[in-house]
Amino acid sequence: MTLNRTLGYGLALAVALAAPFVGYPVFLMKLLCFGLFACAFNLLIGYTGLLSFGHAAFFGGAGYITGHALTVLGLPFEVAIVLGVLAAAALGFVMGLLAIRRQGIYFSMITLALAQMVYFAVLRAPFTHGEDGLQGVPRGKLLGVVDLGNDLTLYYVVLAICVAGFALIVRTVHSPFGQVLKAIKENEARAISLGYDVDRYKLVAFVLSAALAGLAGATKTVVLGFETLTDVHWSMSGLVILMTLVGGMGTLAGPILGAFLVVALENKLGDLGNFLAGTTHVEWFASLGESVGIVTGLIFVACVLLFRRGIVGEIAAVLHSPVSRRRT
Amino acid sequence: MEIFGVPLQAMMSQLLLGLVNGSFYAMLSLGLAVIFGLLNVINFSHGALYMMGAFAAYIGVTSFGLNYWTMLALAPLVVGAFGILIEKTMLRWLYRFDHLYGLLLTFGITLLLEGVFRSIYGVSGQTLDVPEALSGATDLGFMILPNYRAWVVFASLVVCLATWFTIEKTRLGAYLRAGTENPKLVEAFGVNVPLMVTLTYGFGVALAGFAGVLAAPVINVTPLMGSNLIIVVFAVVVIGGMGSILGSIVTGLALGVIEGLTRVYYPEASEVVVFVVMVIVLLLRPAGLFGKEK
Repeated sequence: MTLNRTLGYGLALAVALAAPFVGYPVFLMKLLCFGLFACAFNLLIGYTGLLSFGHAAFFGGAGYITGHALTVLGLPFEVAIVLGVLAAAALGFVMGLLAIRRQGIYFSMITLALAQMVYFAVLRAPFTHGEDGLQGVPRGKLLGVVDLGNDLTLYYVVLAICVAGFALIVRTVHSPFGQVLKAIKENEARAISLGYDVDRYKLVAFVLSAALAGLAGATKTVVLGFETLTDVHWSMSGLVILMTLVGGMGTLAGPILGAFLVVALENKLGDLGNFLAGTTHVEWFASLGESVGIVTGLIFVACVLLFRRGIVGEIAAVLHSPVSRRRT
Repeated sequence: MEIFGVPLQAMMSQLLLGLVNGSFYAMLSLGLAVIFGLLNVINFSHGALYMMGAFAAYIGVTSFGLNYWTMLALAPLVVGAFGILIEKTMLRWLYRFDHLYGLLLTFGITLLLEGVFRSIYGVSGQTLDVPEALSGATDLGFMILPNYRAWVVFASLVVCLATWFTIEKTRLGAYLRAGTENPKLVEAFGVNVPLMVTLTYGFGVALAGFAGVLAAPVINVTPLMGSNLIIVVFAVVVIGGMGSILGSIVTGLALGVIEGLTRVYYPEASEVVVFVVMVIVLLLRPAGLFGKEK
């Protein structure tokens, strides 16, 4: 089992290291950032049982702070990223403090409402340039030496950032702290009766998740060189839920796979539509590119109804359960 | 005459606008509360179904030559029937799992509905004319009252109070309340609870459709009109708590008025004031104004 896992990680890392020689580096970096974002979100839903509907606020918020720091303040790359992460963590602290005052479904509604407040703040704040967003964010130099203008160089920096973030999540999940989070997810009342300060654990998990989502958002801004309102909009919060759901909530690798699939789908849906229209001669397929909403909605509904465990979750269930339990 | 430096006329018209918005908040949060009470599901698609009600009215009037009043009766039925379809074919299978899945499913349905309407009607808005009988305005002396807006407030108050009366004072309502407390026991007494659940969902959703028809002549009918509203309504629900029917109605109207007042005195904050109130309520009274934790 442990050997398998080590092998798996090694293989994934090897693929990630070789990938930019095969694929387009900027697209790969985008995949990595969304993978980290989904993993950060999964830390809450999959390992603490909290469904946040407001993670766009951290992802986009950090993106704006980092973008502003690089473009207007002219700060170095590392400082800008750290500032973005700190901002996301601070925002996560405030939002978490408010949201954990209510349980279950109310928690989700509160995070959604607070994130909408952040959305309006970003829309109105002067430094974000409203509908236009931040344009032409410079990449700068790593530690003042390594020029990040080169896509390949930036790719390995981004890979290092995402692997570090992922490692932190793995470490957290397997730590005693992670075990307490799991206990809260399984049975909150019992965790309280065992003497755990449940609210404090939830808050720390929330801040950690927000900070990592911020790291993903900040890195994404540097990669793409712009930041727009899309990243703070509620549909982004929905998208990260979809990524996690598709890949498998509460699995370590699932959200990464889910993020890859969803981002790839969003980018390639037009091509897929044209291909289908060409082969089947059904005109409607040609407009598939503009119907991202319909397709994501359908996947959402199908996942919730048919495979709630997600791709990785379903595979794990087949591999690990005896034949008799396989049909559940 | 002026109140804190604002002319009475402007003040009253903003207050009325607030009441109109408040009526929509009240009707939608009422539907959410009724559904949540029995199904334990937060119906994210409530906003999309409100949008569907408005579009049903628009389509009925422009394509089928029906008038506003027919659509006011017909659109809620269409939306309600659609809701029953959702409940029967999809939502039903999720009751035995975590409540979160109900929220996620209805979120997916929202994206789907918005996507479908977007691919047909685009993002630009459609407008519906105010029915002839309600066009024009009445001069009340201290303000000019647009008849249609008065009708929106009146109609939604009647519907809300009728709902309250049915749930709190009739035999059917007693079954419903009992079903909220303990569905197994109610079923043991011979009440068809699954049917009741289906009809409740249909009714809650029909309320959203009704609100959509009422809204169609006063706002731009766009595929996205529901999702912006539903987030505010969620905040309203958090503020009021979903324990009390009358509580949802009062909270909805009150927040509409607060929003209207904010638009007079500090317009920049008017789109976030409901969220600010939510934060204050969470700090002072975490369970919500009328809430009991569930």
